[in-house]
Amino acid sequence: MSEANLPIRAHAPGMMEASPFAIPSKKLVMWLFIISDAVTFAAILFAYGYIKNASPNWPEPFKFSPSILNVMLMTFVLVSSSLTMLIATRAAKNGDKSAAVRWTFITVAGGLLFALLHLREWSGLIAEGVKLFENPWGSPMFGATFFAITGLHLIHVVGGVIALTVVALGYKRGRYKADDIEIWSLYWHFVDLVWMFVVPMVYLLNVSR
Amino acid sequence: MSAPAIGKDSLKTDLVVYLSILALSGVQVALAYQHTRGAQLLVRMLAVALIQAGLGVMYFMHLRDEQRNLRLALIPATIFVMLMMNMFWSDSFRLLHMSPFAK
Repeated sequence: MSEANLPIRAHAPGMMEASPFAIPSKKLVMWLFIISDAVTFAAILFAYGYIKNASPNWPEPFKFSPSILNVMLMTFVLVSSSLTMLIATRAAKNGDKSAAVRWTFITVAGGLLFALLHLREWSGLIAEGVKLFENPWGSPMFGATFFAITGLHLIHVVGGVIALTVVALGYKRGRYKADDIEIWSLYWHFVDLVWMFVVPMVYLLNVSR
Repeated sequence: MSAPAIGKDSLKTDLVVYLSILALSGVQVALAYQHTRGAQLLVRMLAVALIQAGLGVMYFMHLRDEQRNLRLALIPATIFVMLMMNMFWSDSFRLLHMSPFAK
């Protein structure tokens, strides 16, 4: 019998092709999601730069205190939460379930603190008169772009807080494995890295001197 | 199949990368209050942010411990798409003279 005439068994183990990247498919999916999300953030930041460039009266409202100090604190909290997530992932990989859950919840607390600091920053600007299409200083597009970019990032942080909570609780109950903690840690680090671009583009290039 | 990524680096390495990223954030704040402005400041800020992102992706996300195939599949395509988005800029300078958002 020629090879072409062999009966094909659907999903037979011997016929499945090995993963080209030697990682679990869930992890590959997370990497692909991260890449597409990175391009989404890049597009929105490019659009922001485009609008800022094309507006001659772009406002520079961020004073060192409170705005830049608050942003520095937010950066410290978010980067520190990445470190705690690394510790959680390492503990999960070493089979130390209680330490992994504990460090994941410390990460979640960091995410919640970041979100609260972000909302404080927003409320300060809103109190100064910044709205979606209006502000007291200059181009009306400032508020729209500011809230769109920082809002999209904040949604990612809140999404990450929810996902890490669900995965940590599931891992504690045995529903999820150490690999799941590692996969969601990738997402959390990504959210941290996006902030590295949001801070200079949105805040530091618009400091009040 | 288990992921190979975690395990090579020690907590010491993680701490060094963590402190480096924080220090680079401090550099960005210092740059913001220098006399440099405009495109030159943007380039410097983005250069620092790219170093931070590189450290994060390679050490926090452990991409350097993955197979080279994965790095080759992810990084060049992403950079290519972002470079293509860069085409926006020249048009925004043209629009500056027409002041589309100023009115």
